[in-house]
Amino acid sequence: MSASMQKYTGVLVAAAIVLVGLWMSVIIVPEDQQVVIVRGGKPNRVYNAYVAGAPYGATDAGIHFHIPGYERVQRIDKRLLSVDMSQEQVLSTDQQRVNVDAYARYRITDPVKMIETARTTENVTQQLIPILSSNVRQELGKRTFTSLLTAERGQAMANIRDLLDSEARQYGARVVDVRIKRADLPDGAQESAFNRMVASRQEEAKTITARGQRDARIIRAEAEAEAAGIYAESFGKDPAFYDFYRAMQSYDVSFAKDGETGSKTLLLSPDNAYLKHFRQP
Amino acid sequence: MAGRNSPWGSGGGSSGEDGTGSGQDGSGADDGSGGGSGDGDGDKGGSGDSAGPRNPWLPSGNPPPRRSASIEDIFRSRDPRKGGGGGGPRGPGGGFPQMPRRPDGSSWMPFLIGGVVVLFLFLSSFHQLDPGEQGVVTRFGRYSGVIDSGISLTAPWPIESVKVEDVRSFNVDTIPEGSGEKLMLTSDKNLVDLTYLVRWNIKDLKNYTFRLADPQETVREVAETAMRASIAQISLNDAISGDGRARVEQDVRERMQTLLDYYKSGIAIQGVEIKKSDPPSKTRSAFEQVTVAQQDAERDRSEARAWAQQKLAEAEGNASQFDKVYEEYRQAPEVTKRRMYYETMERVLRNNDTVVAEADGVTPYIPLPEVTRRAAPAASADGNANAKGGQ
Repeated sequence: MSASMQKYTGVLVAAAIVLVGLWMSVIIVPEDQQVVIVRGGKPNRVYNAYVAGAPYGATDAGIHFHIPGYERVQRIDKRLLSVDMSQEQVLSTDQQRVNVDAYARYRITDPVKMIETARTTENVTQQLIPILSSNVRQELGKRTFTSLLTAERGQAMANIRDLLDSEARQYGARVVDVRIKRADLPDGAQESAFNRMVASRQEEAKTITARGQRDARIIRAEAEAEAAGIYAESFGKDPAFYDFYRAMQSYDVSFAKDGETGSKTLLLSPDNAYLKHFRQP
Repeated sequence: MAGRNSPWGSGGGSSGEDGTGSGQDGSGADDGSGGGSGDGDGDKGGSGDSAGPRNPWLPSGNPPPRRSASIEDIFRSRDPRKGGGGGGPRGPGGGFPQMPRRPDGSSWMPFLIGGVVVLFLFLSSFHQLDPGEQGVVTRFGRYSGVIDSGISLTAPWPIESVKVEDVRSFNVDTIPEGSGEKLMLTSDKNLVDLTYLVRWNIKDLKNYTFRLADPQETVREVAETAMRASIAQISLNDAISGDGRARVEQDVRERMQTLLDYYKSGIAIQGVEIKKSDPPSKTRSAFEQVTVAQQDAERDRSEARAWAQQKLAEAEGNASQFDKVYEEYRQAPEVTKRRMYYETMERVLRNNDTVVAEADGVTPYIPLPEVTRRAAPAASADGNANAKGGQ
């Protein structure tokens, strides 16, 4: 009985070993990884390598096998990776300093080459950072401050991307995109920018005040002119009568009794037109 | 071991030997029960009778012939101890020391394990997704499909696995995080302090899952890029004004979507909102001065306009008054003129003191009744006036 048990256990152990061996030799390759099998230090084959435009589900991902111990499995990210450049000071052609912060997106397209040259994706990223920042400095240094900020940014970025891409190919990577994340003024320049802004605001404030006063004057002058026009049109019909009419108004106002004590003394000559009937009925 | 030695050691040598011999089979059990059953063992040892009260923990009947312990023996000898002593969740009869043999101990286990495995497989192949959720199904790592909300079945766990994401509800990122001042350059080299929100959701779960290393960070970076590019194209005043903001929001949203589509990120930007766009805090008072100046200027203008209206109304009033009078005058010029003259003179002369004097050769006597009528102190002004009048 014990002998048969031992035979059984032998089979069981063998089965277990086979199972464990199988388990160890299976590689599950997810969609977002490329797997390089390194045999004895030399890359032997690649599973789920990047193919441009290949739809998911039709890729090489899934179950694969390797010989455990003899072959090493190296998993490499298949996704779009990012290189984040640290902030870099760029001197534009018009001698202005700008702190530029850029990032690049790349993916590993040749995993074997990448393993041979850089071993890991982190290394690729590390090696691309200085290249990216020197490219950015070079390319943006050819431009004026304003064009660096705005207009030709697209073309500059394309140039940087091409430069970086040609370097990245050495590591089996392709650069998809380079973008400037931020372009800031350095601290000292920021202070002077503030001052400039304050000065220009003050200028604007004064201009606005002056314009307001100018407009007010114009409005008054126009009104006066219009009033004069109205008077001229009306009074011009009979200047002689206007003279008389206005004189009457003027007498009313000038000789009006202002308050208790305001009465004046008028000395009239009997020859006065008003008194002409004194003399002659 | 001490428990085994002490009771039997004090009794007869031969029975003690027997006891140890029988105890050997369940040596593990003896260790546990030695202290508790010490009295009974003492009795047994004293009488020397092997049919006396038994140790209930020992197997009944003759001990099986001794042989070299195999793995199965070890397991079997442990089973009764667990069943009897611990009262474990074993099937009926499984734990009784009288029946430690195979039929029970080893037959239920596989069923139980099998049941658990089946249950697990069932549960892992059964997925219930809430509304707005989707799941990416991968078969041994390879993409095999997307399941929508509701109940769906997949192959069980090791074969297929499902990663569920909420694709409907919007993620809201505030940039920058925190309340610090975030300055951006505008096209006129000014700085603006900007805070904005980005609302996004997943439009293609497949791409979202597999395409980008860090989709959420990517959204933030792309937002930053797009916002700075847009702000760099407009002036500070546009950036601060409401109209400019709306254009920037639209612009940034389009830029972001273009970039994210270029990355095939599977992300849809639902909206970009500028929460705050202010001049930098250090220049704020200068900006307020501008506002004050604008208000001052506007006040000046409206005062001037009010004055102008008044002036015009007055002119129109006077003119039309003149026109009316002139109409009358034209009907009977001489009479009207006279009438107006006399009326005016009446008003003028009624209100004032009048002296009628002969013009030539007559020296008018100036101190008039008026002056004498008044008290001296109050009349000094009048006196002056009279003096003038006299000249």
